[in-house]
Amino acid sequence: MSSHLLLLFVFAVLVSAVFAALSKDDPRDQLKTGAMMFGGFVAAAVILGWLMYPLPL
Amino acid sequence: MATKSTTAEGARPAAEPGMLVLLCVAAWAIPGAGHFWLGRVQKGAVFLVALTTLFGFGLALHGRLFPFELSEPLVALAAFANAGLGLPWILGRALGLGAGVVTAVTYEYGNTFLIVAGLLNFLVMLDAYDVGAGRK
Repeated sequence: MSSHLLLLFVFAVLVSAVFAALSKDDPRDQLKTGAMMFGGFVAAAVILGWLMYPLPL
Repeated sequence: MATKSTTAEGARPAAEPGMLVLLCVAAWAIPGAGHFWLGRVQKGAVFLVALTTLFGFGLALHGRLFPFELSEPLVALAAFANAGLGLPWILGRALGLGAGVVTAVTYEYGNTFLIVAGLLNFLVMLDAYDVGAGRK
């Protein structure tokens, strides 16, 4: 298992689930917050990955 | 006639200091145990599954359970973070797991999974404390 993207997804899902359960009490709110956090994790990683693509210059 | 009511104390048995200590120890030892204790079964289940899975992935990815080496501050900090997971960490150390394979391509990923699992369990423990103390 050395797919960076798959590991990113696994990490993002698990960490988002914990943060969502910590911050919200209602299961529906947890799902919404968790999904948004997961999207944020993945989007940030992909965007930062592309920004770092030309490095080292 | 004014009588001293004990209903508030009875409704929150974990609010006593001794119980809070036990609650924190349970929450540290088994991820989610504090929330199970307080009747928050859904949250406890999420923490138990997510944190033990993170820990398991960390070991499977050849991450390292760092030793408490005070001469190496960063290693000691990583060890402190690893120790946050309680019983799984103790079992992992006792069984000789988490030796860490530096040459493995997933070594750093494994370390990240293990460290984050421990740190998140510290947060979960603090959340259980807040709930037990009646702050949440």
